[in-house]
Amino acid sequence: MKQAIQTYFKTTTNAAPLVFFRLLFGLMMCFSLVRFWYHGWIEKFYITPKFHFSYYGFEWVKPLGNYTYLLFILCFIASLFVAIGFKYRLAIITFFLSFTYIELMDKTTYLNHYYFISILSFLMIFLPANASFSVDAYLNTKSYKNIPKWTIDSIKLLLGIVYFYAGIAKLNSDWLFKAMPLKIWLPSKYDLPFIGENLMQQDWFHYAMSWSGMLYDITIPFLLLYKRTRWFAFGLVVIFHLFTRVLFSIGMFPYIMIVSTLIFFEADFHTKILNVLKRVFKLKTIKQQQEQLQLKYRKSVLSVLAVFFAIQLLLPFRYLLYPNELFWTEEGYRFSWRVMLMEKAGLTTFKIVNTKTGSYFYVQNSDFLSSFQEKQMSFQPDFILEYAHFLGDHFTKQGHKNVAVYAQSYVALNGRQSQPYVNPEVNLYNEKESFKPKHWLLPFNDEIKGL
Amino acid sequence: MLKKVVLGCSLLALFFACTSNEESSSSSSNQDDFDRSAMLVNWADNIIIPAFQDFENELETLEANKNTFIASPNQANLDNLRASWLSAYKVWQSVEMFNIGKAEELLYSFKMNVYPTNVNDIEANVASGSYDLRSDNNNDAVGFPALDYLLYGVANTDADVINKFTDVKYQNYLSDVIDDMLALTTIVLNDWTTNYRNTFVSSSANTVTSSVNKLTNDYIFNYEKVLRANKIGIPAGVFSGSNAFNDKVEAFHSKIYSRDLAVEALKATQNFFVGKAYNQTTTSTSFASYLNYLNRADLVATISDRFNNGLAQLQTLDANLSNQVLTDNSKMTQTYDVLQLAVVPLKVDMIQAMNISIDFVDADGD
Repeated sequence: MKQAIQTYFKTTTNAAPLVFFRLLFGLMMCFSLVRFWYHGWIEKFYITPKFHFSYYGFEWVKPLGNYTYLLFILCFIASLFVAIGFKYRLAIITFFLSFTYIELMDKTTYLNHYYFISILSFLMIFLPANASFSVDAYLNTKSYKNIPKWTIDSIKLLLGIVYFYAGIAKLNSDWLFKAMPLKIWLPSKYDLPFIGENLMQQDWFHYAMSWSGMLYDITIPFLLLYKRTRWFAFGLVVIFHLFTRVLFSIGMFPYIMIVSTLIFFEADFHTKILNVLKRVFKLKTIKQQQEQLQLKYRKSVLSVLAVFFAIQLLLPFRYLLYPNELFWTEEGYRFSWRVMLMEKAGLTTFKIVNTKTGSYFYVQNSDFLSSFQEKQMSFQPDFILEYAHFLGDHFTKQGHKNVAVYAQSYVALNGRQSQPYVNPEVNLYNEKESFKPKHWLLPFNDEIKGL
Repeated sequence: MLKKVVLGCSLLALFFACTSNEESSSSSSNQDDFDRSAMLVNWADNIIIPAFQDFENELETLEANKNTFIASPNQANLDNLRASWLSAYKVWQSVEMFNIGKAEELLYSFKMNVYPTNVNDIEANVASGSYDLRSDNNNDAVGFPALDYLLYGVANTDADVINKFTDVKYQNYLSDVIDDMLALTTIVLNDWTTNYRNTFVSSSANTVTSSVNKLTNDYIFNYEKVLRANKIGIPAGVFSGSNAFNDKVEAFHSKIYSRDLAVEALKATQNFFVGKAYNQTTTSTSFASYLNYLNRADLVATISDRFNNGLAQLQTLDANLSNQVLTDNSKMTQTYDVLQLAVVPLKVDMIQAMNISIDFVDADGD
């Protein structure tokens, strides 16, 4: 066994899949960043709002005013350098840091696929993705044909985790036995051509989509791994992601996943494409082809990645440490590949009370939050608490005395009627953020069975 | 490769077919798609256009009575003018929520009902005799609240009010304000009847700019801001701590109509929810039937109950809300809280059930 592992880590394979992956990843990121800017989101999400929601422990990460644009430019240049494989190590580290900084600036915009890009780029720091077909190889006049096999497998593993965990997260009673939230989302697509007014309205179709989505997520990593099912699996990947693209506004995610799964193919597939690119762009082939790439600091790299993957495997299960319904309290919900599982909405208003005199007033959230922030804040406890503290500080600074902050909050989850969410008797200004269960949330009064 | 994709598709289709057999027996299936176009037709033809037509008639009466009053300012003519003002103001409560089409383009509601009205601006306009009533600066010097001041607040006694209107400057201002309200209303109504109605009815898609979504947003906004906040919340001081503003009620100068106007607005909100034809008893497709189609009869019941509670609560208030603020403001804040309870099922549950986006957030989801 030990020997098998040692042999595995010594096995080498053609570098083409990883190199091709690097190229497409870099280009996709370039495009995503331009798209983000083009939609005016930098200004809308990071410049205009007066207040930003921080991740616990990362309160020091804030938008940089107008310099935020520079941050995006830096991130763009880094992804361009990654694509062409120029100063690769520096470029991917810069990309990881700038992209992650952007994501940490305001958790209102949290998306699983942004998190995916952050951790993927972290992983890529340790991979020799510039081994060939890169400016680095050209400048050093050193191109490597083979690289350690595990470097490519590590990306497959990460993709496999994303899919598999997204699949098992769907093993819950709402998804499987109530077809929720698809039962809400699909009928509202009545304006789709051909299928909008019939298929999308059918009960059986909601169930079919729920079940097949779950089975797809769970099985796709394995279907991609085996050569005989690989083309079939890739066909499914394309259909599935394009279908979700049509149904939901999920931006670049479908394309990123479709492109990423190409890494599962054999090296000759990538080599062919790279050769076509070489011909089209008239790129020189480096004569001094080296057979084998030796990784520097191999041992340390492997230990770092072992820890990295252990975290990836365990983190999604941290919700088990919390006593309450995951979907309701969202304690342990993020960073766990829980994708499209909930239709959750809320209305949360705040009452500022003078504890001595009992006089009070309500806050108009639009005075402080963008509509997007208000929407996200209204059903996520950590947002509610952080905002309550912001309000408490704000009104204290304004000269209000003995400030207490109470929330009146109602949340509806997956088509259940809205219920009171935050205990209206608890002064949130006295509550501290922590990883402990939030005792000031009211019970869910229902049960969602499953993982 | 193509062959394999095709194979993939057919296997997927087969898979769907298998799953469907298994599932469809256990749950009731929706036979038909909900007809949103029919809902839009009902809204346009049975509610919105008839309401605007009635409103235009009211303003025509108002204008006629104004002309009579200006020709001979006396108590009887003042009483008539005031009566037609109140009558039109009540009908206004049924059209204010339709902030779509020309109304949206013209910022119609800002020209009709911004209060508290600015007495200084009105007096300055009257004195100078030159003004652009459509200018944004004059939004708080025109419309019903300006008339409220001119007909009730301009002097202390009726005799003095009548006396004011022997002055041609006051006559002109009164006349111009009413004429412009009518002119604006005619523009909005004509656009509905000649042009916009068809655009409105055909725009039934689920996008942020479609009629269903926009009018749903308008409807909720109207309930939350125009009714709950402006009529009750702000005067009661719920957003401003211990400072209540008894002078920020609607129709402040005439004093005794503020509650009834709020009642009218809430009734209009209720009627629209159930799709009741304007000024008639028949109902047709609207939010209630849409929710029923989505198997959310529970929600229809909740919303109806909370509207009824709000109405009952409103009716316990002093007819003069300004007076209510001064004598027992806690009843005002209670009313606000009761009205707020209906915001929740409207804004959270109904929007979720229909999966309509409530604002213009165009960010990605995942």
